[in-house]
Amino acid sequence: MKKTHIIILIFIAVAIAVLISFMGDLTTYDTVASARQKEGKFVHLIAKLDKNQPVEYDPIKNPNYMRFVAIDTLGHSTPVIYHNAKPTDFEKSERLVLKGSMKAGTFECDEMLMKCPSKYKDDVEANKNNLSSN
Amino acid sequence: MKYIGEHLLPGQLGHFFILLALVSSLVAMIAFFKATNAADPADERSWKKLGRISFGLNAISILTVFGLLVYILASHKFEYYYAWNHSSRDMNPEYLLAALWEGQEGSFLLWSFWYVVIGLYFIFKRTKWEAPVMTVLALAQICLATMVLGIYFGDTMIGSNPFLLVREKFADAPVFSRPDYLSLPQMQDGQGLNQLLQNYWMVIHPPVLFLGFAATLIPFAYAIAGLWKKDFAGWTRESLPYSLFSAGILGLGIMMGAAWAYESLTFGGYWAWDPVENASLVPWLILVAGLHTQVIFNATGHSLRATYLFYLLGFIMIVFSTFLTRSGVLGDSSVHSFTDLGMNTQLLLFLLIFTIPSLALFGLRFKSIPHIAKEEETSSREFWMFIGSLVLFLSAAVITWQNSFNPIYNKITGQNTAAPEDIEFSYNKIQIFVAIVIAILTSIAQYLKYKKTAGGWVKKIAIPTLIAALICVVYFLVSGLDYDKKGIGFQIALYLAFVASVYSLVANASFIWIGLNGKLKAAGGSITHVGFALSLVGILISASNRSVLSFNTTGINLKWDERSKEKPLENLTLIKGVPTDMGKYMATFVNADSTNKNGNISYYRIDMMRKDSLENFSLYPNLIRNTKGMEGFSNNPDSRHYWNRDIFSYITYAADMDNRDDTAQFKKYTVNVKDTVYYSNGFFTLNSVVPNPNNKKYQFLPTDTALMADITVFSKEGTRYTAQPVFYVKGNEARFMVDTVFAQNIAIAFSRVLENQKIELQVKESNRMVPFVALKVYEFPHINLLWLGIIIMTVGFGVSMVYRSKQGRLKAVNKI
Repeated sequence: MKKTHIIILIFIAVAIAVLISFMGDLTTYDTVASARQKEGKFVHLIAKLDKNQPVEYDPIKNPNYMRFVAIDTLGHSTPVIYHNAKPTDFEKSERLVLKGSMKAGTFECDEMLMKCPSKYKDDVEANKNNLSSN
Repeated sequence: MKYIGEHLLPGQLGHFFILLALVSSLVAMIAFFKATNAADPADERSWKKLGRISFGLNAISILTVFGLLVYILASHKFEYYYAWNHSSRDMNPEYLLAALWEGQEGSFLLWSFWYVVIGLYFIFKRTKWEAPVMTVLALAQICLATMVLGIYFGDTMIGSNPFLLVREKFADAPVFSRPDYLSLPQMQDGQGLNQLLQNYWMVIHPPVLFLGFAATLIPFAYAIAGLWKKDFAGWTRESLPYSLFSAGILGLGIMMGAAWAYESLTFGGYWAWDPVENASLVPWLILVAGLHTQVIFNATGHSLRATYLFYLLGFIMIVFSTFLTRSGVLGDSSVHSFTDLGMNTQLLLFLLIFTIPSLALFGLRFKSIPHIAKEEETSSREFWMFIGSLVLFLSAAVITWQNSFNPIYNKITGQNTAAPEDIEFSYNKIQIFVAIVIAILTSIAQYLKYKKTAGGWVKKIAIPTLIAALICVVYFLVSGLDYDKKGIGFQIALYLAFVASVYSLVANASFIWIGLNGKLKAAGGSITHVGFALSLVGILISASNRSVLSFNTTGINLKWDERSKEKPLENLTLIKGVPTDMGKYMATFVNADSTNKNGNISYYRIDMMRKDSLENFSLYPNLIRNTKGMEGFSNNPDSRHYWNRDIFSYITYAADMDNRDDTAQFKKYTVNVKDTVYYSNGFFTLNSVVPNPNNKKYQFLPTDTALMADITVFSKEGTRYTAQPVFYVKGNEARFMVDTVFAQNIAIAFSRVLENQKIELQVKESNRMVPFVALKVYEFPHINLLWLGIIIMTVGFGVSMVYRSKQGRLKAVNKI
């Protein structure tokens, strides 16, 4: 067997090991109920802002603390604490992907993705509305 | 119905030329195909002639389509959906081209445009590889033309026509029941270019990137040609300059995107391992791997099979990335993929058309590709270069897997797997080792000789090794790499990568003199390596030692929740006019101003003053109100550049962002001295009324008529504040100055003087009163090394290209 072949085999073994460890790092998309079952485990919670509940954010007091209630498509809701600045037009978001974990009944969110009418993508529907509403 | 005022001619012409582009590229492909397979030289000539004419027609068609689209955008023909959706009247003319390639259709045309340029170059070049290379290129042109075709077969739409009218796009909208719909206000202006994209980078980054995308087809086409004509080794010298060109331009295009991300998007950096970024990095890695095996083959005859594989996969990965970013399969996992135009099947076909036949041909001919049975010596240059290429290729394979596993796996199985907790780290922890290995290989391999190296090389490399070691020791004593959040193991890896990169930098720079006697023209490879190593050093330092300046150290009236302590408290609130402690600086939010003509960009002036010196500067991070019917703001950072670091800031929250009106009213109180008034968070007392005050705040003269109410505010938390509203007379008119206690959100006015020593105070409480911003400020040390490295790398590719094309010509002459 050639050296090159041995090295290739070693590399492939390393690559496979790396990929298996990557698979172990993968997380899941969850609902409030399934996130509660995995208390303390890092998940992606898909929910939306419960607009009937107040959003607590007072940047004068603390720009790194906000608290709100998220509700998922099944109707379950959970309070969420997010230690960061409130994203712009948070109230207008249609959908939230909350990355974090459930701790004692509260979802501690580390990172948040907002599905607004996106900044980057064209929203054809929004444009169409512009066409009719003017 | 006959509509009034529509200009239908440009659209009809445009669509005609799209069809012509498709047909002519089809004819060109068939003709070049026939020319490649022709046995009789006369046959070949006539087929080639037909191919050239049809490709010329294709070139004219694409250029005309391009021109018509520019005309429609420039002359604001809003009856066309492309103009209506991507441009507006108030848009700066320099963003016309940005608007052109904002949409999928325009970017496909841009790609096609580069094939026109490359194809014409090949035709004029008269190489013997013209026919097979042009066959592949024409096939790509066919695929691209179908993307903008916009024709229905039954219910299936093939491509998306950029000349579609608004009334065709939204056929059911009620406004189109009127023949004069164009005179309606909503048709008088377009939706505008996405505000974030109104940036000069949007004008230059896509053309360069797409030129890189397009150019990867050249080595691919040569490889196909070699397999097809069974002239397996005949193309490797001629095509090397093109391979260098495509790697150089693609690398530059990718890093221009990184610079854009750093400068005006708020990823908080230049690279986020975003699926779209990865999708263009992967072909580059494979292309660079192929470049090295091609050089090995030209020098020694080894590694030809690997070269074929890498070049085939390089372009296949370009098409795969096109599929990923444009089909919408990435869904939520990427911030900047294109809008899904419902062309998934078509994009998949594009991918399969290039993947299956090329890999099948490779498999079929694999056995006949010449290779040397005898193995490379361990002391040879080619052995280690090959290992390096292999590492690059595996790195690309791992990135591809991580990048596309989730969307594709979820699509097929219906599962709900998501990205790892720390996406960037999941890439970093692997690629850091790739960087270490590659950097070490680039340092050493050049000092080895092809075939077999004698003992002397160790002496040659000794001096650069010592210099590199010295630099590292000095740097570690002076600064070091601070990033320890991922544990000691990763920090050690960072140190190793730093040592390896510095070593590569020094060894390659020295090699220009030690190995090449200072012949810069021949040193393209070394120069490129120097640039690459310098970029790595820049990345390692700026990412490891990035520091947050806006740590909320003192703040005003901050009440922390105890759990937040270990979280990254990176947002500092600045209240207008109040200097706030920000590490080495005192930061003051001075004002917010809108200077562009639409008034949709607000610039926040933040004055920064160094505590230890008199250095003063202002940052202008800004907020851009989104266009195109979208809510919200985009924040656009501002940086102060120094030679050795950047101060980088962006607004995370501003008081006036929510645009709610301040509905709070002033309430009147009649008070005597020593009286107390309550407000929601405490009370205040009028201590005294001072005539003609002369203090830090007010400078009245004894001849003025002015009264100041000296008030102490006591909050519930037990803090005290002073408020000093003033009542004065000027020009026979009574006026007053409000004093605001921002920390308590109250404003107090001294509005009237009443009888019996009483005065009237007016008090307003509002949570909207205080002008403030919350912002993040980072310091990126030595980020300029990254940009400088990229420039040097691109220059190196250019030098190599010139040198190799001369070498190729020389060899051709010698053969004759």
